[in-house]
Formats: sequence, structure tokens, C-alpha cells
Amino acid sequence: MIKSADVVVIGGGVVGCSTAYNLAKLGAGKVVVLEKNYLASGSTGRCGAGMRMQWGTETNCLLSRESVKMLSHLPELLNVDVDIEFTQNGYLMPAYSEKMAEQFKQNLVLQKSLAIPAKWVTPEESLEIVPFLNTKGMLGATYCAEDGHCNPFKVTEAYAQAAKKLQVEIYTNTQVLGIETENGKIVSVHTNQGDIQTDTVVNAAGGYAKEVGRMVGVELPIYPERHEILVTEPVEPTMGPMVMSFYHNLYCQQSPHGSFIMGIGHPNEPEGYDINSSWQFLRDMVERVVEILPPLAGLNIVRQWAGLYDMCPDRTPILGNSPQLQRFYTAAGFSGHGFMISPITGQLMAEMIVGKPTAFPIQMFDAGRFERGELFVEPSVV
Amino acid sequence: MEQNDIIICRCEDITLGEIREQIALGKHTLEEIKRACRAGMGPCQGRTCAPLIANEIAKATGKPISEIPLAKFRPSTLPIKMASLLGGEKND
Repeated sequence: MIKSADVVVIGGGVVGCSTAYNLAKLGAGKVVVLEKNYLASGSTGRCGAGMRMQWGTETNCLLSRESVKMLSHLPELLNVDVDIEFTQNGYLMPAYSEKMAEQFKQNLVLQKSLAIPAKWVTPEESLEIVPFLNTKGMLGATYCAEDGHCNPFKVTEAYAQAAKKLQVEIYTNTQVLGIETENGKIVSVHTNQGDIQTDTVVNAAGGYAKEVGRMVGVELPIYPERHEILVTEPVEPTMGPMVMSFYHNLYCQQSPHGSFIMGIGHPNEPEGYDINSSWQFLRDMVERVVEILPPLAGLNIVRQWAGLYDMCPDRTPILGNSPQLQRFYTAAGFSGHGFMISPITGQLMAEMIVGKPTAFPIQMFDAGRFERGELFVEPSVV
Repeated sequence: MEQNDIIICRCEDITLGEIREQIALGKHTLEEIKRACRAGMGPCQGRTCAPLIANEIAKATGKPISEIPLAKFRPSTLPIKMASLLGGEKND
């Protein structure tokens, strides 16, 4: 194992790989990625694989808009031969109450100002988009035709391959056990495979970001929360967009492979690292999804799994340096939408770390915002 | 018939050639190969292909097959129709 590095990235998910690639591209020197299991084995590979630009805060709109641009030609951008299954079949987000419709219409004003092509559709127009949608109780929906899907394993693989071409070293099955500091500076990272001397660490550990912070005495307000998903047998393409309902607290999308991937948010899910599947989820999921998409009742469920959201109190990630410790950067707390904004996140993190001006202002997303009370509350999360 | 054309994962139509490609890319566990090419993600969830792929990994890496860990078994054991999970509350 390498003995020293200019930057050590902790976490081999899509954010860690994207950040490592961008660091190498910007000439950050020797960059190392440390992954406890295998690439995309954590939150990245367990996510719902959607990408959307319909958000309620300017930041999330910008981050996702830029990321969709990059994902649309990622293999060329990275000069790798990996099919990331980039598909733009839209996101349809129904509203069921006046309050929700009002929020969505506010979001649309924001999205329009940022050139995101989302629009309001009536229940009748929704039926043209998803003919078997149950529109009972629906006041309308927002729809963005350029939202869609990408394969998280493939996007991670694309970044990892591109990073390796730039001499980034990726160590899988390598667990970080501690980080040594001296006089307020990072000295080395201690792993189960040996120690690496470095003065710069990127915490891209997803649901485990809090634990990595604690290794250097930094208390991050990020906490892990289990979210469950199931996937059905593949069938002919029948549903274009992701259907995402905040009322039912669910999302459901047919992947290019033909299977339907769906998940629900559970309001009483306790904080914790449990990623076991539950039978209760199956029943709740099926009840809710069949209400809004009735024909799905005829499909076979093939598999279910769970993963961790790295939740932040305001559902906006922490991107930045730590006020308590020099050159300890965090890129975590994505609250369920890290995958879809990973391309631009990696770029911004790398720009910040090498001291270049960032493509967007992101200094306000540091961990210090919680002490300052300057939150960015994202209203639109399942 | 070319050996690499043999179907290893019958649910997802993955050939021996594709499995060997993934192993050559450095993916030496069932979990990684499954995620890279869908082998073992179909309705049988790898019952047929898992031992065959483990065998290929063992051959390529020189490790005994007993040291190739199985992929995690995920529910359900068999495919279940969504409709069969409905209305349980009323009929319990």
C-alpha cells in the first residue's frame, strides 16, 4: 500500500470517485480512495437510480441541472467506455392538496428562472404521460421531461476508471480505522491495510460520515437512516417517467432494463446503521404503489433491499472544510439525492480543495451553517 | 460453440465471456460481478449462476472455491405477485 498521498478520499461511492477524479484532473497530486468494501457498495449502489432537476432550493436545482448536463455525455467527458444507461423519461410529481400544489408552483417559478424545463400538468395531461395513473384526488402535477435515470454502478465505475487513468489509487476492502492529527493538522490516515501520510482528507463516507468526523473530533450533524426498495420482474416499456408522490411518500420508475424500482419513505424510521429488509415494507410499498399505479398489482416482486440515506437536518449536503480542523473536507449528508448530483459535487469539491474558484458559490454549505443558523431547507424529499 | 458464448446466468442472458470480462476488470467477488453485469439479479436470484461464477473467480484468482464468498441472499426467496400482498389487514 502507498505510504503517502496529497489527498486521501474516504469512501468509494460515486461522490468519492467523482471527487478523486476531479482532484487528479486539477493537478492535486497523488490522490488515494479508500473503500471499506467494494466500489458503490454503500448508499450509491442501493439508491433508486433516478435523477431529477425538480427541486425546491436554488442550490439543489443548480447542482442537479449541471449534473444532468454532465451525465448526458459522461463517457465522452471522462473518456471511458462505460454505458451509464442515461435515460431522460421525465419525473411526474402529483400534488394532492392546495398547499402541495402551491409549493410545487413556487418550485416551478424557481426552476423556470434556472432554465429547468419543468411545467404544471393537469390530471388529464398526466394521463397522456402515464395512461394508467390513478388521478383520483390529484389536483395536477409537475413534470420535467429531462429528468430520468442513470445506473449508479456504471456511473461510479466510469469515474473510477477515469480516475485510475489519472493515476488515482483506489483501495477496496480497506477500512479507515483512525485519522491522526497534530497541532490542528492532519498527519496520517490509519487503515486495516497500513498507514498513509497526508495532510488532506475528504470525508465522502455517506451514512458513515459522522463516524469519520468523530475520528478527528469533528461532530457532523449527519445521521444514517434506512430506506428500503424493491424491484419487480422486467416487462415491456410501459411507464416513461419516475412517478414521485410526496403524499404517498413514494417513488416508482421503470428502469431501461424493464423492471420497476420503487421505494417509500418511513416517517418513524429510527436513526441507525440497520440495512436489513423488512416484510412490513413490502406490504406498505405495495398498498401505496397499487393505489396510484393500479396495474402494477400484476407484477412479480423479484427482490428487496435497503440502504442508508446520509441525512442532514436541512436535507442539503455538507460540502466544505471543517472550521475545527484544517484540510478536513466533508462531502456528505446528501439526504437521499447524492447520486444524481455527484458529477458537479466532485468538481466543486476538487476546485475548493485545490484552491480554485468554484463553478458555483458553495462556501455557505460548510458544516458551520448549523451553528450560524443559516440552513437551506429542501422541501421536496421522499 | 465458442466456450465464451455459453449462457451462465439464464435469467439475465449473461455469457461466460461477459463474466470473464468482469473478472479481468478486477471484479473478484460475486457481489461486484452481479452489480456490474446483472448476473444473479433475475427471478432465480443467482441459484444457477452463483456457483458457476464462483468457480470462474476461483480459476482466475487461484483461490480455493471455499474462499469465494457467496453474494448476500435477498428476499424474497421466490418472486411474489404484488396483488398477493394486498388486503392482508382485512383478511388476517
